[in-house]
Amino acid sequence: MDRTTKMKFPIPEDELLYSGHTACPGCGAVLALKYVLKGLGPRTMIVIPPSCAGTISAPFPFSSLKIPVLRIPFETTAISASGIRAALDVMGKKDIHVLAWAGDGGTYDIGLQALSAAAERNDNIIYVCYDNEAYMNTGIQRSSSTPEGTWTTTTPSPYLKDTPKKDIVRIMAAHKIPYIATASIGYPPDLIKKVEKAKQKVGTKFILIFSPCPTGWRYSSELTIKVAKLATETGIFPLYEVEHGEKYYLGKKRPEKPLKEYFSLQGRFRTMKEEDLRRVEEKVRKEQEYLGRMAG
Amino acid sequence: MKRVISANQSVSYAVLSAKAQVIAAYPITPQSSIVEMLANFCSTGQLHAKFINVESEHSAMAACISASVVGARTFTATSSQGLALMHELLHYASGLRLPIVMANVNRALGSPFNLKADLSDSLSQRDTGWLQFYCESGQEVFDTIIQAYRISEQILLPVMVNLEGFILSHTYEAVDIPDQVQINRFLPPPAPRDCLDVENPCLFGGTTDFYINFRYKMHQEMEKAKAFCQECDSEFQKTFGRSYGLTQSYLCEDADMILVTAGTIAGTCRVVADQYRKRGLKVGVLRVRLFRPFPSEWICKALQHAKKVAVIDRDFSPGCGGIFAQEIKSALQGTRVSLPVYEFIAGLGGKDVTDEDIGGVVEQTNQTPEPGGVTWIGLLK
Repeated sequence: MDRTTKMKFPIPEDELLYSGHTACPGCGAVLALKYVLKGLGPRTMIVIPPSCAGTISAPFPFSSLKIPVLRIPFETTAISASGIRAALDVMGKKDIHVLAWAGDGGTYDIGLQALSAAAERNDNIIYVCYDNEAYMNTGIQRSSSTPEGTWTTTTPSPYLKDTPKKDIVRIMAAHKIPYIATASIGYPPDLIKKVEKAKQKVGTKFILIFSPCPTGWRYSSELTIKVAKLATETGIFPLYEVEHGEKYYLGKKRPEKPLKEYFSLQGRFRTMKEEDLRRVEEKVRKEQEYLGRMAG
Repeated sequence: MKRVISANQSVSYAVLSAKAQVIAAYPITPQSSIVEMLANFCSTGQLHAKFINVESEHSAMAACISASVVGARTFTATSSQGLALMHELLHYASGLRLPIVMANVNRALGSPFNLKADLSDSLSQRDTGWLQFYCESGQEVFDTIIQAYRISEQILLPVMVNLEGFILSHTYEAVDIPDQVQINRFLPPPAPRDCLDVENPCLFGGTTDFYINFRYKMHQEMEKAKAFCQECDSEFQKTFGRSYGLTQSYLCEDADMILVTAGTIAGTCRVVADQYRKRGLKVGVLRVRLFRPFPSEWICKALQHAKKVAVIDRDFSPGCGGIFAQEIKSALQGTRVSLPVYEFIAGLGGKDVTDEDIGGVVEQTNQTPEPGGVTWIGLLK
């Protein structure tokens, strides 16, 4: 029996990620990669900078992916995708998707300059940031995506990160690119739908995928999906889309659970103080209001 | 046809003739007119290429790398600080064995700021796995760019073509731009090689313990590259009637003293050599055109009958001296040629190196029995 007929949204069965890759058990990032490739299909080329994804996908002479992979230096994710796009276009291979795949360190920090430039040129690429909120590949150091109140190896207790997570979506929206979405590995059909939407658009597409990391966030590996869902259910990682930097579409899920439920599952927030939690709650509420206003 | 153009324009015409497919560049003085002209060729449709206006030289090289991995013929041009910013990517391009061609307009590196000629920018990149050529005229710049594509696509290593800022880049001269049919014959479209391909998905740039083997392969190719560059130059001679060699000798066969240099200083050296020959001192000139791989065999052969060698460097490695001088001494070491090498640094930051300056080099080398350290020419009072 065809299993897909029973599902409301059929997830493509073809796997472009081989089993036997080297990701940690419970890795959220690798689920993100698997779903995005299901959405894009085999006529895709991917560029990956140094990151967990790079380590997972490229232990030469093997590859964990069934699509062409180019490993590139850290700062160059977006322009490397643009270079491939330019070459494919000149050579008349316009039907191939070019996927830039970087973590939050490679996107929010060292790769931001090249990403901004690609977005400003509106290069025809799909840029995905799998966000696990710190430099996990080098051993849990803070990035500018790390939320405030978080323990990392470079924000050790009691000097937890004391500035908020950078709002990369608003930065990208300011470039007026055709499509931006936030997505989560907790909601695969929604994630794949967003990838398929991005596929249809010409220009720079940016998708931010919430990708919990049991190793760095200090929770038990079977809780990855639960943690991902809680982030959206508590409102700290809202799911929404932005078209041309102006039209906002907010996902149906409204925050209904207390933020504490999300924080209490993760060791990285263990030393967070009660007043910090209240401050973050207030910020989450304000962000929800902002998104509500933008979405009309 | 002949055109009166600057050496920068000569670069642009060569890239047009070579039919580059992806060009990514960031403007920097004195390189800017190269990319302005190429942008114009692309926008008018004379050149069927994608021109990417990148936000930095770092991204310019990254774009050339990824476009080249897909199989496109690529080009960029830069200078000085821009080349230094590319440093990380230069290693990456050669490590991926990509046939990228780049023009570097030699300029001093800050600080202090100076926009004029100095070869230290490209010589600082000598260990990045790029072939390096140093040119003397606009014609040679055109011809070397064409040769560079043929060489790089054959040996799968990137090539940097260097021309001195302003002194050469902004000097206008008559340059012969050969007929496109002839160019196509000398430089056919790139032959198929292993590339990113959805029909045959492969991984490029993975993590590996075979690293040392990759570097060994690069070493082998660099060694072979010398003969290939020579052969390419001979083929060029057959097709276009011009050749340059890996090194260019002037009156070296019977010379007692040979002046060794690179780039435009060589022309002044030849004039001075003529003057001294009239006075009975046998002076010759050796211009080093290929710097990486270093053509040691060619150099030693050219120098073997001389009694003294004077190296004039428009570059400087602090704590060591002139970079060409170090390379020449290293090349002579281990051969039967034993020669005193006199070292001179001149023309840094675009300072004119006059016939009087070169005359001073000849006098000092002639009158001093043994070389003693580095002599700086032309320091301002």
